[in-house]
Amino acid sequence: MTSAGTPLLEARNCSLRFGGIAALTDVSLRIDAGELVGLIGPNGAGKTSLFNILTGVYRPTEGEILLEGRPVTGLAPHRINRFGVARTFQNIRLFGSLDVRMNVRTSFIARLRGGLLEVVRRGKTFRSEEREIQEEGRRLLAYFGLEEASILPSRSLPYGDQRRLEIVRALATRPRLLLLDEPAAGMNPTEKEELKQLIARIRAEFSTAILLVEHDMKVVMGICERLVVLDRGALLATGTPAEVRADPKVIAAYLGEEHGEEES
Amino acid sequence: MFHSSKALIRNPRLALAAGIGVAVLLQLGGGWIDPYTTQVVLFAAINVILAVSLNLVMGETGQFSLCHAAFMAVGAYTSALLTGKALPTLLPHLSWTGSSWASQVFFLPVLLVGGSVAALAGLIVGGPSLRLRGDYLAMVTLGFGEIIRVLLQNANFVGGARGMEGILPATNLFWAVGFAVLTVYTMIALVRSTYGRGFQAVRDDEIAAAAMGIDTTRVKVTAFVIGAFFAGVAGGLYAHAVEFISPEGFNFLRSFEIIVMVILGGLGRPVGVAIAAILITLLNEWLRDLSQYRMVVYALIIILFMILRPAETLRPLLSRVLPGRKPAAS
Repeated sequence: MTSAGTPLLEARNCSLRFGGIAALTDVSLRIDAGELVGLIGPNGAGKTSLFNILTGVYRPTEGEILLEGRPVTGLAPHRINRFGVARTFQNIRLFGSLDVRMNVRTSFIARLRGGLLEVVRRGKTFRSEEREIQEEGRRLLAYFGLEEASILPSRSLPYGDQRRLEIVRALATRPRLLLLDEPAAGMNPTEKEELKQLIARIRAEFSTAILLVEHDMKVVMGICERLVVLDRGALLATGTPAEVRADPKVIAAYLGEEHGEEES
Repeated sequence: MFHSSKALIRNPRLALAAGIGVAVLLQLGGGWIDPYTTQVVLFAAINVILAVSLNLVMGETGQFSLCHAAFMAVGAYTSALLTGKALPTLLPHLSWTGSSWASQVFFLPVLLVGGSVAALAGLIVGGPSLRLRGDYLAMVTLGFGEIIRVLLQNANFVGGARGMEGILPATNLFWAVGFAVLTVYTMIALVRSTYGRGFQAVRDDEIAAAAMGIDTTRVKVTAFVIGAFFAGVAGGLYAHAVEFISPEGFNFLRSFEIIVMVILGGLGRPVGVAIAAILITLLNEWLRDLSQYRMVVYALIIILFMILRPAETLRPLLSRVLPGRKPAAS
């Protein structure tokens, strides 16, 4: 489909079972650098399960996951993050007791060079590192229009801002692949429109590929260049939004109902 | 006054130096302090170390540990063995009394070794068990505390259940207050850093913390080991203050007393926890006259404290006086 080089992310024949229940069956997925891929499917199709095996929350029962050709199957979530995969959560998971800027700062912890003693001593490395982190955090928050909220408790932000802050926090880990789990959930139409623009800007500015789980068809169809459709834990279809929209299997499983709702 | 206190906060090392200066002054110019008061101050300082170090584990990192007294025991026994047996045997020509220069000079490394052995114990318990969550961790730490106590009870070379007596009275105001200041400083310095926010991130949401690249197990073990180290130092100070230690002194109730200080002080508030530790030490002293009713009254007061949560109520007031907790400007 795209360049001949190694894909950024490749999932090969992944299955995930909990006892007798199959959450995912033989799912393969390929994402190239800088791509914007939408992942759709009815409720319970396995979208979040796929996210969870890609980010190391669960280990796939079968199959293999490669990041730039290196196997990362079953690695702990923090290791996968260091390989350049960051995510947001369907149910927002900000650090509730930390203010906005501290939420972003936690993303720099894994890259700290100075050790514990350096922190306690308030040594030179510590001070220059803290300055850099503060600066980069401030830049990110400013870019996303959250700088004025930077000392507010993260819980006190309006819903849309909390979602945005989660994206900022994920971007601060400098990912090459950003997984967004239903970023438009609970947003009003204006916020959704802003989100679409935001995703486009992130792609341009941060040169990261994005895998987007979303229920809202308008959001997905509007910005993704390729869609992956899951149904009952298996891959149903993949292709451009137009191709997917025309696919009878997809219409039967998913889009048909969605269109019906929209028209009513 | 306001400005100078602000400078102390900006430059934490200055605060540390000031605190240690106070400790030196207390030691040199504190001749007028009577032995009883001295004893109470020593206990208060030791409790501050215990509570503030447990706060790192419970308050900041959100891990429920029920064996802080066991780490204290490890430090106490290790250091008592060093000053009671190892040092006098290795250097018999030196004078080993509480205030002799030899015992004072060697007391620092002794305390640090006691803390390090306790930290090692923390690593041994924490390494495997911190993968567990919540109540499971509480059970493992409860079990570890009991294991240490029973081991000590059956170890004849440290006196078994009778305990060790005649420990060198090397603890004085300088060491106790100095280490209390150092502990509070270390905890505040640690938490107020990008590195330290990792503890709180793990407490707030482990899954999100891991997704942001934080090695959550490592963070928890680190908190546990640092907490155990300072508990071990506190144990060393305690042993050389009361001159007598026995396994029963480090049982579950002792751990629980430290937990009460942490909760009363407001989980995750090092300064509040230090204040709570001092208040509970004083409370213990005031209630001594009530003899057998002491624990009843003590329990009632603790229940009242828990309901009223003075730390919560006083926070807006305290934040004007205490460092870095300004209410968010809107």
